[in-house]
Order: sequence, then structure tokens, then C-alpha cells
Amino acid sequence: MASLAALHSGLELCEFETVRLPTYVGEVEAVEEVRLPRALHAFACRNNRLAELGLQQDGFEAAVRAAVGRFGPRRVGVFLGTSTAGILETELAYRRRDPADGSLPDEFDYGATHNSFSVADYVRRRFDLDGPAAAVSCACASSAKAFASARRMIAADVIDAAVVGGVDSLCLTTLYGFHSLQLTSSQPCRPFDVARDGISIGEAAAFALLERTPASLDADAVLLLGVGESSDAHHISAPHPEGLGARRAMEEALASARLSAEDIDYINLHGTATPSNDRSESLAVRAVFAANTPCSSTKGATGHTLGAAGALEAVICALGLQAGFLPGGVNTTEVDPGLGMNYLRRNLHYSARRVLSNSFGFGGTNCSLILGLAG
Amino acid sequence: MKLSAYVEGVGVLGPGLGDWRAAEAVLSGRAPYVHAPTVLPMPELLPAAERRRTGRVVKLALAVAAEAAQRAGLDPARLPSVFASSGGDGQNCHEICQTLATVGREMSPTRFANSVHNAAAGYWSIATGAMTAANVLCAFDASFAAGLLEAVAQVAVEGATTLLVAYDTEYPAPLHAKRAIPDAFAIALVLAPEQSAVSTASIRLSFTNLPAHACDEAGLEALRGSIPAARGLPLLHALNARDGGYCVLEYLGDTRLRVDLTPCA
Repeated sequence: MASLAALHSGLELCEFETVRLPTYVGEVEAVEEVRLPRALHAFACRNNRLAELGLQQDGFEAAVRAAVGRFGPRRVGVFLGTSTAGILETELAYRRRDPADGSLPDEFDYGATHNSFSVADYVRRRFDLDGPAAAVSCACASSAKAFASARRMIAADVIDAAVVGGVDSLCLTTLYGFHSLQLTSSQPCRPFDVARDGISIGEAAAFALLERTPASLDADAVLLLGVGESSDAHHISAPHPEGLGARRAMEEALASARLSAEDIDYINLHGTATPSNDRSESLAVRAVFAANTPCSSTKGATGHTLGAAGALEAVICALGLQAGFLPGGVNTTEVDPGLGMNYLRRNLHYSARRVLSNSFGFGGTNCSLILGLAG
Repeated sequence: MKLSAYVEGVGVLGPGLGDWRAAEAVLSGRAPYVHAPTVLPMPELLPAAERRRTGRVVKLALAVAAEAAQRAGLDPARLPSVFASSGGDGQNCHEICQTLATVGREMSPTRFANSVHNAAAGYWSIATGAMTAANVLCAFDASFAAGLLEAVAQVAVEGATTLLVAYDTEYPAPLHAKRAIPDAFAIALVLAPEQSAVSTASIRLSFTNLPAHACDEAGLEALRGSIPAARGLPLLHALNARDGGYCVLEYLGDTRLRVDLTPCA
């Protein structure tokens, strides 16, 4: 919260592990020092440590325990987005293959670390939950879509509450992978800037406790008002040039919330800072919303946290709603006039009522969330 | 729980099971189960340029998805979908980790793009033109039941006919020693909120602690035990029997998914 208020960016030149690529990353400090509960030692890896660190923040653990007390362990689900989970463990294990037979080290545990489900399984066991659980793995839309899954499970009366969110951690696959596609910037990323030239990769754990709406609510309670999901049907790693899939996700989110475009006070853009992503998103936004709708991408501050981005940006939107500000986009010095957006570069003190957050990913997968204040 | 749906179409592909017709013959005892490596068709729906870039996991998922949609007599472009896989493309993951263990770390951009867990869903949408929602889940060994639960919840809540695709492919050495999936297997179901002329059964989901059902046939039971997507075989057995009843599918630990069936006239 203090970082958002100060327009601070956490991006620094990449010194992660042995990676010395010319790119900036948003690396969380001291992740490797986090200890997991003894009974869950098998889950030890950077991704689950980052998850544990996230669970320890802001009284979240107590909130989950209270929900389990109210609803029972079978009525609380876990839906978490991740794109690479603990793949770093496998990358490191491949450096330690047996020289004679090529086998992986004995201590390497694929299921508890690398597999996408491991983070959801970790959280489920951490709280002794017995409700439904899944990892949602739709690339960079993963943790926005985790909200959609949990919302459906609550609506179908399968559960009363869910731990939702996203956890993705730095690894070689994404750092070298985005580099190979020439999608990483050699500077801290500059979303919607006229000179934007690529992403900065970050890592994050972001959680929310999603519950069935009770009869009475505090005025500053944050509601998940709408969700829209779509596919581009265009290309595995490039967005639809006119942003048709993104447009459809935003329109469906408005329809599910029974709201019109004028009801939205702010848009948290996907805004990765690649030339083509930001251009196609601007076309999609302008096709749905008035050109003066305030918007920004918070990836200049956090980097692109991939599968965690949807949940992280939902949490940023919730903080902004409660504290009465719209977050400005960090690093961007000259907004691209060709994109025709009312892009905020400074925090705007404004009591927004409803905001929309976009998340799009490889495979042409799109998800938009609408959040609003209860009172 | 409000979790029920009508089964409109089925697709199957796995070792010794070429499609749903072949599987029906084996499940009803009209034909013996003969184990043979899974043969994956070329994904003719995809443009040639995309077809060359796809691995076995995409070919597998597209084959069963197309079969289920075709049997349901529905345009795949209109179906929202749920894809469920216990771990995605093991071969591609092996190639990437092998590259990253070399000094040069020269990553292939195509391999990286294909490494996302939702690659099959992405290629399915490119192949069919479906701009509908596609959710992609992983629940390790529980992935089939997790996918079924998600798909039926979509049918119940959104009121839309939904395609479920559950699929897994083999892991090569040295990963195979840590994740011993032996071959490719997939099940697809088209699930609808209301009965139609092609509905074969209605299904209703609930949780149970009863033991999971096994397959009577030893070869099929071996598949069920070794490939997470094949944990759905007891449901195919119950669908084929057309006599109602129920089946119990593995889910998370002692929590299992019970599926009650009612045949459609």
C-alpha cells in the first residue's frame, strides 16, 4: 500500500539465480528464507515459499481460519492461478542429473513442487480444507480466471467460500522464454509509453477470501460484481490485432455485473508494455469505454507477475477502492498519443465505486473482473 | 449442490481405444480389450502452419474434443470449454529443462509458447474459431474429477452447453521416473443444461467417502491406475451401461466424486 502511494517500482536489473539477461525483474526479497510447516516439507520450493509468505500477510491466515469456523472445511474451496508453479525445481534438478544414467536426483519431488496443482494442494493442506480445489493455469489470465471458477462454485452451492488468488515465481523458463520471443525490455517496463519495448517479469503471491454475499455488509466491503471470459481464436502467443477477444471479455464482464460502460470509474489494464499488447488492448478498451475513462497498468511497479497478475491487480484495485485512489502507472514518461487513452501517470484521489481489471494470456485467453464497493 | 447436466456427446482416445464406438464395444464386452499404443491423428482442423508446431498433447485433446462435439451434433465454435490435464506436455517440458541445463540456454520460442498449460485450449480455439470462455485446470491425479466438477458447475450456473476435455500424455525419461504416465489418454464430454434428442443420460454430482470404482477389465483398470485422465473410465462404463445407477470417481484424498446417472428415453 505504501509502495503504491509512493509510486514506487520494485523492478531491478536481473540478478536472479544464475540468470544474467539484460532485463529488469520484480524479485521478492528473502523468499528462500521462508519456512514451511514441518508436515508440509515435501512442498518446499520457491513458489510454495512465496505462497506461504503471502498467506502470512495482512491477517489473511486468521480470516481463512474464521471462514472455516463459520462454514466448515468441506464448504471452503481453493482456486489458485499459476503459470509455472515450481518448475524452477525441475530446472535445477536437470543440472544435477546422474552422469551415468541421466536420472534426476532422489530428493526431487515433481508432484509436490513442479506440478501446477502443488500450490493449491499446499494451501488446501495448510488450512486442513476439504472442499474442492484446483489450480487454474491459463498463462497470464490464470488468477483472474481463478475468481471465475470460485464464483461459479459458490453460485452452484458447492461451497460458501474459497481461498482464491495467484502465485507465480521467477524461473528460467519464463526469463529465457520471453527473452527468446524478444518480448523483454532492457529497461524497467513502460506500459502505454510511446517508447515501450517489452515486459519486465515479476513474481507475486496474491490472495483473497471470496465468500457468498451476506445479508449485511460493511460499506467498505469489496464485491466481485462481474466476470467476463473469452478466447481470441487467433494465435498462440500474439494478441488479436484488433483486440476482439479482449473486447468480448470486457463486454461479458459488464453484462454479468448488469452494468454499462459508464458505470466503470477506472480500468486496471493488462498493460504488459509490449508494443502489440498495449495497442490491441487500447483498441479493445476504446471499443467499449469512453476515451476519458481513467486507466493505468500497475506492471511498471510490480513487473508482469504472469499467472499471479490477475489476482495481484484485483488486490490493488480493492485497495484503491477502499482507500479512495486510482493507482498511477509507474515508469511511463510519455503516454503514446496514438493509443487515445486517459492514462494516469500519478495517483488520482478519487472515491471510485466500480473498477474493471483486465488479464490476457498466451493461447489467446482473456478475463475481465469488475470489483465494486458495497456501500 | 445444484450440479446436474445432460450428456450430449462423448469422445475417447487411448491405448487400444480408437474412439467412443470402439470403447463402447470393449466396455459392453462385445469386443476384447487389446492393448496397443495410442495412435494420435493429425489435427486437420488446424491451419498447416499451426499443425506443424503442435505436440502430442494438442493432437490428443483436439481429437477427443472434435469427436464429442461431432457426436453431439453441435458447432464447436459455440461451446465454452473446460480443459483439465494433470500436467500438460511432458515432452515439451523435458526439452525446455534440458536446454536450460546447457551452457548456452538457447530456448526455442515455439517450445516456450507451447509450454503454457492452456496450449491445447488455445489451439482448439484457433482450430474451431471458438471465442467462448475456455478454462484450464490442473489438479494432479484429481484432474478428471476437478474438470468434471468445473464443467457441470458451468452448465448449472451459466446455463450453457459446455465441452469438457480431460487429457494426459506420457512423460519421457528422466521425468518418467518421477511421473510415470505411460501413454496418451483423453476423454471429452459435451454437457448440456437441458435434455435434447441426442442426450444419453443425465448426471448428478455429489461428494462421497465411498471407495472409487474400479474397471472390471484388467487392461482398462491398468489405464485407470496409471493415467489421471483415465480415472474417468468408470463414468464411461456407467454411460455405456444405460441402466442408471452411479459411479464413484477418484478426487482429492478421501473425498471422491459420486456421479448418479439417469438414462434418457
